[in-house]
Amino acid sequence: MAEIASTVPQRVATRPRLRGAALLGTVPFFAYVTIFLIIPTLVVVIGAFAGNEGGATLDNLKALGNQYILDAFGRSIALSAMSALIGAVLGAVLAYALVTAKPGGALRRLVTAAAGVLAQFGGVTLAFAFLATIGLSGFLTVWLQENLNVDLYAGGVWLFELPGLTLVYTYFQIPLMVIVFLPALDGIRPQWREATESLGGTTWQYWTRVAAPLLAPAFLGSTLLLFANAFSAYATAAALVSQGNPIVPLQIRGALTSEVVLGQENLGKAMALGMVIVVAVVMALYALLQRRTARWLG
Amino acid sequence: MLLLLGIFFLLPMAAMVEFSTRDSQTWPLLVNWSKLSETYPDLAEGIVASLGQAALTALLMLVLLVPTAIWVRLRLPRLRRIVEFICLLPLTIPAIVLVVGLAPVYAWVTYFLGGSSLTLVFAYTILVLPYAYRAIDAGLSAIDVRTLAEAARSLGAGWGTVMWRVVLPNIRSAVLSAAFLSVALVLGEFTIASLLNRTNLQVAIELLGKSSATVSVAVSLAALLLAFVLLLLLSLIGDRRRGGAAAVLTKEPRP
Repeated sequence: MAEIASTVPQRVATRPRLRGAALLGTVPFFAYVTIFLIIPTLVVVIGAFAGNEGGATLDNLKALGNQYILDAFGRSIALSAMSALIGAVLGAVLAYALVTAKPGGALRRLVTAAAGVLAQFGGVTLAFAFLATIGLSGFLTVWLQENLNVDLYAGGVWLFELPGLTLVYTYFQIPLMVIVFLPALDGIRPQWREATESLGGTTWQYWTRVAAPLLAPAFLGSTLLLFANAFSAYATAAALVSQGNPIVPLQIRGALTSEVVLGQENLGKAMALGMVIVVAVVMALYALLQRRTARWLG
Repeated sequence: MLLLLGIFFLLPMAAMVEFSTRDSQTWPLLVNWSKLSETYPDLAEGIVASLGQAALTALLMLVLLVPTAIWVRLRLPRLRRIVEFICLLPLTIPAIVLVVGLAPVYAWVTYFLGGSSLTLVFAYTILVLPYAYRAIDAGLSAIDVRTLAEAARSLGAGWGTVMWRVVLPNIRSAVLSAAFLSVALVLGEFTIASLLNRTNLQVAIELLGKSSATVSVAVSLAALLLAFVLLLLLSLIGDRRRGGAAAVLTKEPRP
C-alpha cells in the first residue's frame, strides 16, 4: 500500500478536453489515412478538373458527355438497378424464411456465413462459378444440350453481356440483401401481430397495414445499398468480360491500362468522380431512409 | 420459391465441383504443393503473396486501429465522430475509384519500397478499415472502457499498461474478429492488385482461367470454402454480439 501511496498522483481524465499531448496519440492513424485514403480521393477529385499539361479545365468533365461514356453509365445504372431489384425481392423472401430460425442456431449461422462469403468475397471466383455452370462448356449448358436438346445460347452468347452480368450479380446481391435485411425482420415484434389479431385484423391486413409500412423504409434502404454495391463492383465483371468495356468500372480499367490514347488518364479520373457522385447520392438517400427505419425497428 | 432459390445457389457450386473433377488430376495437384508450384508457378506465387498480404494487413490494421480507437475513446471523445467517419469512408468509395487515386501514391511506394506485391498491404489496410473498425468499436462499446482505465490509472498504471494489459484483454474477441475479417477480405481482393500490376490469389486465378480453366475453377472453389470456414469461425467468436458476424460484414455506411 505504501508503495502506491508514494507514487506521484496521476491525473485521471475526468473532463475530456482536446489537449495537444493527447492529440499526438492519433498522429499515426491520421497520417496513414491521409496518405492512403485522403490523398487518393483528392487525386481523383482534382485530377478530374486538371488538364493534361496542368491547369484547371472542364474538358475531362465535358468528355463524360461522349456517347460511349454515357452509354456505359446507362448500362451500369441499368445493371445495378435490375440486379438490386431482383436481389432485394428474392433476398427479402429468403431472409423472411430465415427469420423463423433461432437467431443463435446452427442453420442461421451457416446461412449467414455462406451469405457473407458470396456477398463479399465473390469477385473473380463467382465469375468462374458461372463459367463452370453456364459457360460454353459449363455443366448446365452441356447437360441441357445433351438431355433436353436445348441450346442456352441459341440467340447468341449472352453470358458476357448485360443479361449474363445481371444474372451473376444477382448471385451476390441476394446474399447481401439477406445480411442487410435480416436485422429489420428481427425487429418485427410478435406483439404487433397479436395486437392486430386482437383488434380483429386478418393476416392480409396485418401484412398490408402493419408489417409492410414498417418494413418499407428498411426494404427501400437495402435496395439502395444493393444498387451502390452493384454499381461499385468490378472484379466479377472484369473476370467475365474481356472484350469491350460495357460498364463504367470496365471503362475506367480501359482508361487506366491503355497507353494509346493520350490524356485518357484524367478522363479516367472524371469517370471515377462520376461514380463517386452516383454512389454518394444513393448513400445519402440510404441514410435518410435509415433514419426512418430506426424509428420503429431500431 | 425457396426450392428454386436453393437450386439457384447450389447449382453453380455443384457445377464447380463437376467442372473441377473432369480432370481427375486437378484436386490431387492442389494439395501437392511442390508439384503445384512447379506446374503453375504463377498460382503458387499468388497464393504465397495473398497469405503474406492477409497476415500483414491484419497486423498493420491492428497496430493502427486498436490503440487509436482506445485512445480516442479515453482521451479524445470529440474526435470519435471524425475517426468513425474516416473509417467508414472506404465504403462509399468504390475500390475501382480508389485505384485511380492510388496509382500516383503507389508510384512513390514503388520508388521507396519496390514493386513487391506485399506493398499492397497499405491499400488493403484502408480497404478493411470499415469492417475492422466496426468490430473493434462494438467490442469497446460492450465494456466500460473509461471506468476500467480510471481504475487502472488510480492504481498507478501508465497509459501503455492501461491499453496493453487492461483494455486489450477485454476486447480480445473483437480484435480477433477484426483480424479474421481482414484476412477473409484480403484473400478475396482483386481490383486493386490487378490494376496496380501486382499479384495475389485472385489475380492468379483470373490469369490461370485463360489457359487452364479446370484448375482455376478448382482453386476458386477452394478459396470460397476457405472464406466460408473463416466466416463460420468468426460467427462463433462474435457469439454474444447482436447480429453476430453478419452485422459487421454488411456494406452499410453506419456504425
